[in-house]
Order: sequence, then C-alpha cells, then structure tokens
Amino acid sequence: MSYRYDYEVIAQWIEPGEKVLDLGCGDGSLLRHLIEVRQVLGYGVENDPEKLLACMENGVDVIQIDMDKGLAGFEDGFFDHVIMSLSLQAMHNTQGILAEMLRVGREAVVSFPNFGYWRHRQSILNGHMPVSESLPHQWFDTPNVRFFTIADFEALCERDGIAIRERLAFDDGKLVLEEPNFLASMAVYRLGRH
Amino acid sequence: MIQPQSVGIVVPQRARFQEALALRSGGCLEDYELVYETYGELNAARDNAVLVCHALSGSHHVAGTYDGDPATTGWWDNLVGPGKPVDTRKFFVIGVNNLGGCYGSSGPNAINPATGRRWGADFPFVTVEDWVDAQARLMDRLGIERLAAVIGGSLGGMQALSWTLQYPERVRHAAVIASAPKLTAQNIAFNEVARQAILSDPDFHGGHYYDHGVVPARGLKLARMVGHITYLSDDAMAEKFGRSLRHGKAVYSYDVEFEIESYLRYQGDKFAGYFDANTYLLTTKALDYYDPAFAHGGKLPAALAAARAEFLVVSFTTDWRFAPARSREIVYALLHNRRRVSYAEIDCAAGHDSFLLDEPQYHAVLGRWFDRIEVHA
Repeated sequence: MSYRYDYEVIAQWIEPGEKVLDLGCGDGSLLRHLIEVRQVLGYGVENDPEKLLACMENGVDVIQIDMDKGLAGFEDGFFDHVIMSLSLQAMHNTQGILAEMLRVGREAVVSFPNFGYWRHRQSILNGHMPVSESLPHQWFDTPNVRFFTIADFEALCERDGIAIRERLAFDDGKLVLEEPNFLASMAVYRLGRH
Repeated sequence: MIQPQSVGIVVPQRARFQEALALRSGGCLEDYELVYETYGELNAARDNAVLVCHALSGSHHVAGTYDGDPATTGWWDNLVGPGKPVDTRKFFVIGVNNLGGCYGSSGPNAINPATGRRWGADFPFVTVEDWVDAQARLMDRLGIERLAAVIGGSLGGMQALSWTLQYPERVRHAAVIASAPKLTAQNIAFNEVARQAILSDPDFHGGHYYDHGVVPARGLKLARMVGHITYLSDDAMAEKFGRSLRHGKAVYSYDVEFEIESYLRYQGDKFAGYFDANTYLLTTKALDYYDPAFAHGGKLPAALAAARAEFLVVSFTTDWRFAPARSREIVYALLHNRRRVSYAEIDCAAGHDSFLLDEPQYHAVLGRWFDRIEVHA
C-alpha cells in the first residue's frame, strides 16, 4: 500500500465516524488510513479493474463506476466529505465532477499537482513538458488530461461559486506559505458551497 | 496457493421436513423434502458455511461430479473447490435444490404425499421468500445458525438479497451477482412468452402430463430457445454464429439453415429432455413476483433497511437481461442504509451467461471478497 503525506492533511479535516467517498481511490490506501485513524464509513470509487482488486485486498469497499459520467446514483448531501486525491487532472469533466462532489458531499477535499510549480515552468522554458515527482509521466503516456495551476483552480472556484474553506500547499512534503503557485508542487483544498 | 482443484466425487443428500411451511401464495406444504450437497467441512465454530442459491435451471449440484460419470460436473464447479474463489479448504459450501424444482426436492414431478400421485399443476406457487424460508430450515437442520455468506447469480442473487432481509442476523455476507431488485416489464414479457409456449403445448394437459405419459417438450423447447436468446449478448451471438449458413447458401427451407437456428434448436431439445415444464412455469413466476420494494411503496432503500450483511454486487457489461443499471440500484439502496458494499461491473462479452463463466477479473473479484471473510480455523 502506498502512503502519501497529503493523507495526514486530509485526515485532519475528517471527524471520527464520518461518511466519506473517495473518488479515484486507487488501491484504497487513503480510505484504509481514514478507516484506521478516523473510523470512517468509507467507500471508494474506481473504474480500473486492477485497482478495484487492490482495494478489495486492502479491505476497502469500492464501487466500480465511470466518474466522468457523474455520480447520478448517489444521494444529495449523503457524505460528509467527498475526496478526490490527485485525480482531478485526469478527469475530462472538471466542472461537472466538482459540482457533483459538492452535491453528494457536505464538503469536498481536492488535491492536485500544480503545473505552475517553478520546476515545471523551468522545464517548459527549457523546451520540454515537465516530468517530476508530482508529474511522473511523459507527455505521451500521461493519464492527465487537464493541465492547470493553483491560480487557475482558484479562478474556477470563484467562477463556479465554490467556497475555498482551506488550502494547504506543499513542496516535497513541506508546507509552502509564500507564493504557492510558484513554489508548491501540490495543493490540497477543503471546499464547500457558498 | 495451490492449483485450483475439483471437490471430487460428491453425493447428494436428502432432508425431510414435516413441519408445515406456509407459503406467500396462501398455500402450504405440510411435508416436503429438500435435496442438497455439501463441500468442505463445517468448522467447530460453525461459522464457515456458504450457501449457494441456484437460478432458473440450476440445482443443488454446484460442484464436483457423481461417481462413475465424469460428465456430471456441477454448474458452478469453476467457482467452488479447493483453491477456487469460494475455497472449500476454508468454507463449508451448501447447494440446495429449491422447492418446486425438478432435481429431487419436492416439486411438481415428485409424489404428493397426500394423494400418492405426482403433484403436477397442484404444486403450490412458491416465491423467492418461500425458498429462503425453506433454506433457513435446512440450515437449522445442519446446525448452522449464521451463514458466513450466501451467494447467487440471477434468480439466485434475488435469494441472496432476500436472505439479508428475511434473516438479517443469520447472514454475515451476501454476494448478489447478475441480478436485479425486481424484473422489468420487458423481462416479465420474455417469461410470459416462455410460459405461453408451455401452456399452449397440446401435451401440457393442464400440468398433469405425467398421468398421460407425455411431456410438453415442444413448449419447453420454445421456452428455452427464447430464454437462450436473452442470456447471450448481441455481440456474443454475432461472434459465435454470425450469419453462417449450414449449406453455404440459402436453400429456401424451414429446416436449419443458419447456425444460430441449429444452436437454439439443439439447446431447446436438450433442455426439454431433462427439465420439467411445471418447474419452469413456477420458477419464472417466482422471478416475476420478486419485488421486495413493493411492500415499501416501491422504495428499494426502505426495503433494504433491514439488511445487516456486508455485500458484494457484481454485474456484466453485456448483460441486458439483468443489466448493470439494475445492480447499481441495489448498490445505491444499500449505500442509503450505510451498509458495507462493493460493486464490480465486469467487462465480459457473454451477456447474462457471464455469471457462470470463469472470466478472470470476475473470479479475482469473488476470490478477493471471499478471502476477506473471517472464519475460525
């Protein structure tokens, strides 16, 4: 099972016993963590057959649906938190899924790699698409389909009436307080409705 | 890990019940028998029992073969056995032929103890809920208070779901595969065509054909042919048969020309040779009647409120008779009730019949889920 430093941040935003939905849950390791430290009632959503099996091996409940088709079967406001950890950039229907997360959840938790990170900018200046710890794929095999920065994401939230309740930005696991759009490789948001 | 093996030679067993069983139809069975098979060993804690519920044409013979006849492999042998997804080294697995069946349990082709004649059309209507009641009595008889799991596909999945509602404290896990919370009008329509084929056969004799020394084979054959079309996907049929012509060209006759005609006739004849027409009628009606939400104003989430089990729901992408959307209804209704549930939608070309196949992802999902079920050593 993989373990990532953003798990601690996300766990801090979750109250014990909450109902949590993790979209694009991978092998279920975040949910496993939240079940262990917060005793959540957690469900993952995953459409990759291999990852589905990995979730089941980790004892995490997982529901196989294609998120790009929305979350139509899930009830309004059912979940306390709907999480999408490092998957938003791989979704086609960005606005649609954010709206769906805030329909079925009281709050949404979203993390994504910041394409505006200075090393990524440097890479572009040098004439190549960035490849880094937070963007590990080559341009020709990346699952990512949306390329955006912290500044872009916040502009979208403004435009779509999404309230940013909290934001934490990181570089290599270290909190970035100044100039996050330039100095942070990854950001985690707690979102709500106005 | 071991190589998957067969459970080997198996012997069916029989249990007689002389305590009256009241049926949903208003009927009553005063004295009835259930034929069943078991595989593996019930552990000392009696917490490793898995009940397998069969579908329309299935039986208690889930796995293994009968002595001296290697062709008698059980219908879910690829799933149940040592090293298989439902591992008989861990679990004590039970298959039971349902009431109204034609494989040895009390049913239309069995002798009615009250008259000494075959039941025929006098066998009462039985429902999914009645079957579950009868299965629960068999579990009592076997000394199993609580099942580790109940599993079934199609109509068997309806029984698995019903177990969790009728006996919520007696089932820890339920696997509902290629199933639905109720049939659609289209689905009932296919069943009605099948029934009319049987009922309109001159050899049906109002269901008492045994007394006339005949069987409504033509009707049963047609019923099976219709069913078979709906169990396969359009793509699977196209790939398997396409428009292949037996004579390589049209010969303008009503004999077999297209290979699909040959296949359907063969399947229909084979089925009519061993299955009982009255059982087919009763079983399709049980399918049609199943609707746990009916008593809750049509609200499935309310109907599933009683469930306590942890669930696995599985569907197949090309299954249009029990489509994935119907399985998702069950998943969302379980979520509403905060039940633990996993859902897999298996990419398999074989249509409804997929649930009987050993498609790798399907069996991997089942294996992982059954691995997770805790039992005493």
